Amino acid sequence: MQETLKIDGLFTSFESDYGSTKVLEDISFSIKESEVLALVGESGSGKTVTSLSIMGLLPTNGKINQGSITLLSKKNRELNILKLSDAQFNQMRGNDVAMIFQEPMTCLNPTMTIGSQITEVILNHKKISKHNAYESMLELLKLVEIPEPELRAKEYPHQLSGGMRQRIMISIALACKPKLIIADEPTTALDVTIQAQLLELLKKLKDSVVNKTSILFITHNLGIVREIADRIIVMYAGTIVEEGLVDEVFKNPLHPYTKGLIQSLPEFNIKNNKKIQPIPGNIPSMDNLPTGCYFHPRCTFATDACKIKKPKLEKISHNRKTRCFEFSRLM
Amino acid sequence: MLEIKNLSKEFQTQKSLFNSSNLTVKALQNVSFSIKKNQVVGLVGESGSGKSTLGKTIMKLLNPTTGNIIFNNIDITEYNNQQMKKIRKKLQMIFQDPFASLNPRKTIFDTLAEPLRVHSLIDKKNLNEYLIKIIQDVGLNNESLSRYPHEFSGGQRQRIGIARALIFKPQFIIADEPVSALDVSIQAQVLNLLEKIRDEYNLTMIFISHDLSVIQYFSDIVIVLYLGRVMEISTKKKLFEKPLHPYSKALLSAVPKVQSKNTNKILLKGDIPSPINPPSGCVFRTRCNYAIKQCSEITPLLKEVDGDRKVACIRDEIW
Repeated sequence: MQETLKIDGLFTSFESDYGSTKVLEDISFSIKESEVLALVGESGSGKTVTSLSIMGLLPTNGKINQGSITLLSKKNRELNILKLSDAQFNQMRGNDVAMIFQEPMTCLNPTMTIGSQITEVILNHKKISKHNAYESMLELLKLVEIPEPELRAKEYPHQLSGGMRQRIMISIALACKPKLIIADEPTTALDVTIQAQLLELLKKLKDSVVNKTSILFITHNLGIVREIADRIIVMYAGTIVEEGLVDEVFKNPLHPYTKGLIQSLPEFNIKNNKKIQPIPGNIPSMDNLPTGCYFHPRCTFATDACKIKKPKLEKISHNRKTRCFEFSRLM
Repeated sequence: MLEIKNLSKEFQTQKSLFNSSNLTVKALQNVSFSIKKNQVVGLVGESGSGKSTLGKTIMKLLNPTTGNIIFNNIDITEYNNQQMKKIRKKLQMIFQDPFASLNPRKTIFDTLAEPLRVHSLIDKKNLNEYLIKIIQDVGLNNESLSRYPHEFSGGQRQRIGIARALIFKPQFIIADEPVSALDVSIQAQVLNLLEKIRDEYNLTMIFISHDLSVIQYFSDIVIVLYLGRVMEISTKKKLFEKPLHPYSKALLSAVPKVQSKNTNKILLKGDIPSPINPPSGCVFRTRCNYAIKQCSEITPLLKEVDGDRKVACIRDEIW
């Protein structure tokens, strides 16, 4: 199967007056056509910076030092994202890659009606008449199950609820049927019952409307990963520590961090009637990373070698990778 | 230990800048329950359900519109600030965002010592020793006392928030979303700490959270709130084995789980209505899959079901 996105050896850093801070280190992964890949990690692990690097939306002090990002465009051309001009980037964004953010209120324009914001995207990327754009906008609103689309199209973002706004964001992302949708914590700000509605909607759309589209789903909620993703990548301190199929990783995590994350979940401990087993210590600051394996100060499997040598992300089986010297002890 | 009787809280808000007529937000309506010593009661609900308002009203940070709050057999509903000062020594609160509730200009030592000074409970000699004990109880080291809030991570700040709540050796703690702002691995540490101090300090607690798995892990009794009304009160075990109220059913089924793919989710229609104009009759009826005509006419009362649980729904045939 074709790879929609391929990231190879990506290093990103943030520059400041005090020097440069590494935020991503040797990130390599790919997403196949129509695959849902979950990117998981705690705050500061580099999930969002990865997505911003792909979208070319890094803040001005963000710098990609090394690596390549290749995207298969809708015309099946390989785009080297890091070499694109601003104009080419604008062509790509929204058309080939679309993004859904966590907080829809900050992403929607408060002074424009919902309808005109969606039509704007369509008119920007497609050569169609205003009337047809209006029609496809209504079509999109129906697709994301907004009741009374004609009325809602005339409303402003503040008149809608959080769940509705996120539906609007999804409809904007779908407007050009992109090759890749990056969803960065799209349901985190929502209540569980609304989150359930949205996840159901995303699954439905995935199976029908955009069945060729790949989704990069960024979240810290492992339950959502189970529900929506095919594959999972776990990040820690700007590196990938484990990669594999969701079912396999959850059944038998091969990195102590992944194992620790799963065991920290209250859900896991209720079922086994155990006391919660947290990962000791704190997430390290990116300015002051430990030597050797970044996880070793918090790891119960750590040996002396882990304190000195940095493990590589190693392939263990066909679609399984882990960055740990001691992974066989977890098998 | 704590009894809440028919508690309601309404907020007045102006319709708009140019229209001075008032609107009433019904944040809590007729909430009644009681807590025995050493119990942990979990309050669960979505945004706007009144969880936090309930916590703050019990602390008397907000004054109830009607109803009674009875703490240790004393009715504190009408107590003024001066009288509450005494009660609050026994009744403490932990907040969600520990950064917002710590004074950035004060060292942890000053923050923790202030309430003791206000109540002039301890002399200078013993103060240091006492604070060291408290800070060690919450798993921080002695040097933390001389630092400022910004020097700590979120999890550590929450530990400080807990230390401050423990200063008076309270009997009762209301924890309002104490782990919601934390990462999973840190959340687990803080949950463990809360469990430890609950045992060591012999605490009775109200634990407010929107995260059902945290509630399930931590509480003995669970109260499900929706739009300011109690939908179901039950022992944890019974609720999670078989929720009875249609809202509890939907809420429990909506939580994505790691261990198994959730296949028969109950999806609710639409959004949570505004508490300014809640639906007539049962407040949940607009999203309920089982709503019938009578649901808009009758406001369901909490009905007792097999002794230790209560449900507010008129359609007992579907339970």
